[in-house]
Amino acid sequence: MDLIDILTSAAFWAAAIRIASPLIFATMGELICERAGVLNLGIEGIMVAGAFAGWIAVWAGLPLWGGVAVAFAAGMAFGLLHATLSVPFGLSQHVVGIGVTLLATSLTFYTYRVVLPEVSSPPKIEAFQPFEVPILSHIPLIGPAFFAQTPLTYAAFLLVIAVALVLYRTPLGLAVRAAGENPQAVAAQGLSVTAIRMGAVIVGSGFMAVGGAFLTLSAFDSFFFDMVNGRGWICIALVVFGAWKPGKALLGAVLFAAFDALQIRLQQTPIGAVVPYQLFLMMPYILSILALVLMSRRAEVPAALMVTFNKGER
Amino acid sequence: MSARDQAQPPVLRLSNITKRFGALCANDDVSFSLAKGEVIALLGENGAGKTTLMNILFGQYSADAGEVEVFGQRLAPGNPRAALDAGVGMVHQHFTLAGNLTVWENIVLGTQALSAPRLRARAVKARIADLSKRFHLPVDPDAKVGQLSVGERQRVEILKALYRDARILILDEPTAVLTPQESDALFATLREAIGLGLSVVFISHKLHEVMAISHRVLVLRHGRLVAERATADTSREELAALMVGGAVSSPKIAPMPPGPALMRLSDVSSKGEGHAPGLQSVTLTLHGGQITGLAGVSGNGQGALSDLISGLAMPSAGQLEIAGDAITNWSPRRALARGIGRIPEDRHHTGTIADFDLTENAVLETYTRDFARHGWLDWAAARAHAEALIATYDVRCPGPDTAIRLLSGGNMQKLILGRVLETKPRIILANQPVRGLDIGALNYVHARLAEAREQGAAVLLISEDLDEIITLSDVIHVISQGRLSPAFARGTMAPEALGRWMAGDGFAEVAHAS
Repeated sequence: MDLIDILTSAAFWAAAIRIASPLIFATMGELICERAGVLNLGIEGIMVAGAFAGWIAVWAGLPLWGGVAVAFAAGMAFGLLHATLSVPFGLSQHVVGIGVTLLATSLTFYTYRVVLPEVSSPPKIEAFQPFEVPILSHIPLIGPAFFAQTPLTYAAFLLVIAVALVLYRTPLGLAVRAAGENPQAVAAQGLSVTAIRMGAVIVGSGFMAVGGAFLTLSAFDSFFFDMVNGRGWICIALVVFGAWKPGKALLGAVLFAAFDALQIRLQQTPIGAVVPYQLFLMMPYILSILALVLMSRRAEVPAALMVTFNKGER
Repeated sequence: MSARDQAQPPVLRLSNITKRFGALCANDDVSFSLAKGEVIALLGENGAGKTTLMNILFGQYSADAGEVEVFGQRLAPGNPRAALDAGVGMVHQHFTLAGNLTVWENIVLGTQALSAPRLRARAVKARIADLSKRFHLPVDPDAKVGQLSVGERQRVEILKALYRDARILILDEPTAVLTPQESDALFATLREAIGLGLSVVFISHKLHEVMAISHRVLVLRHGRLVAERATADTSREELAALMVGGAVSSPKIAPMPPGPALMRLSDVSSKGEGHAPGLQSVTLTLHGGQITGLAGVSGNGQGALSDLISGLAMPSAGQLEIAGDAITNWSPRRALARGIGRIPEDRHHTGTIADFDLTENAVLETYTRDFARHGWLDWAAARAHAEALIATYDVRCPGPDTAIRLLSGGNMQKLILGRVLETKPRIILANQPVRGLDIGALNYVHARLAEAREQGAAVLLISEDLDEIITLSDVIHVISQGRLSPAFARGTMAPEALGRWMAGDGFAEVAHAS
């Protein structure tokens, strides 16, 4: 199977979209936080917590969408912690973010052991099944690639549209963007920078957790300790790659996922027999870095990103 | 013309406002009222309490005592929303705009409920277009604010207030960042606005502006309202004296024979940066014991020239000579070693490091030479040096350990001035040395520059203020589009004639003749 065959197969693109879905959720979450001026490095841990919370809720008997809701709530809880420390208290966003990641990860593992003390392999759940969209799924190539996915993947794409609409077409979105550009401008209009930023971090963290939950509720059907595996950090890069714009960030997520899907398939070609597989694993990251370098040079960073705001101070 | 009408109630009344910050009394029992269609100028030195008073009025601070009434209604303290809703608009000295957002987005921010389902972009833009036509404030609603000039940004700030139906406009030092032309345009807009029934509080420490625009002048000193004058019945001299609480003195420039040529630029050209032009075949000689004034509208090559002199740039053509030596290797460090002292144009960004304390800022340019021993910094000596600067140059501050960003502009500039003069520079580059300073600090800086001249230094004074140039300079050049006019000796040029050179006339004839 050569490269052309891979790139023109529906199965390859279906895999790319599937791999992209959790990244899309978490990237949108991070983008909301950063647009409001808060770098949320808690993303990696929040994804772990979301993956676990969604899965354990379904295992305990909740429906799948209930699991998604539980993951969202868990993400919001960690978001509240992050927002409280980083916004009104004004602590270093780097330190708070790493702290939240460590806390969320370890608390997840601890809870896992408390809930399931005896098991050697985690129990499986009935995960989301692919849903073939009528008519659209019959389009050659595009149909099986894009319209035979699980409902959570469709939700990810709808989320991008929703985030773009809210950010650019509503007064709320304008306030969020202004808070990330010049909080003084927001305060001078009598709006609360603290409320806007905290709200953005809490909601954004909720979406990060749903990104994690996609792994346990849709991509797989169980929870493993290292399943998030750095996806959170990739999403931070994807926000930069996307120049803080939802559409471009979506493109970045799909591109990264396509490289990931490609390297798995390349390992099975004759080249894979000679080249060490680690090189293939590196590929999406190397290409992402290159793309990042090319794309982000003219990006407009939110001017007040990581700038704490204290009312009444100059 | 006085628009005051005793029969009409005032649109704004401040009664017995007092505000303390710790031991400092920023406002002490201040009361005044504003009539419809009136322009009040609030005059005072930096730190006199003008901005604090207006921040109380606008609800950003709450007063310790006293109250604010707008249109007869008492204003809830400490809430900008209440002030906005009551019809008070404020244009802050440091604009509150978001650079990555468009003009219309900046204007509409905060005017629609956050729960509203969508921004009504078309209606918003139509209203902005209408306002900008009515008040002669041309601006492109779809432009990103970050790409606008300072003058355009100020228009956006004013439009923002007008968009909210402000009937009282507070302008905090609106001309501090404007070119003379932009200031004139602003005044035209303000006259338009008061014609339409707005009232204005105009904060400034520039006397000629106060005289030009206001009906009534209130003078604040050390937080207290010390005088109130109808503008028609007062003079610049009286206001200046009221402001500083004593007579004002501008330094005497006694005639002196020029000293040796300390720096010579021969047919020097250099690259511009961004929109600012570079230098075009500039020939300039700086003599010891002379102040050479460089007049011109900002952005005409002043930046390129000061970069060149301070070692940040090399000529792309032509020759730079210092004390007769042709310069081939050039850097800021070499410039310092050659006895060039620089007072940079932007004291916040290129003059100081905001979060460093006074000691660190005092030795920034000389720490490797004078304050290091065997590679280790000598903090005791540095601190002693800072203390000496603070004492000698009258820098008012809590002490050498204070972060410099906490100082007022005047005190920051005095420290920079001291840092430069203490190195006994042969050549002093003073780029807009008194921009934004009050009269007290301004006189101080001028007197020290005059003193350096008497001691034989060559001073290059770059300024947009023609009065300043004409008062201080032995020789005047005008810069326009990177070209330099011939030298005009002291007393030979009237402001109008220099103005024509500033507008670019005259250069063609010179080129033709040569």
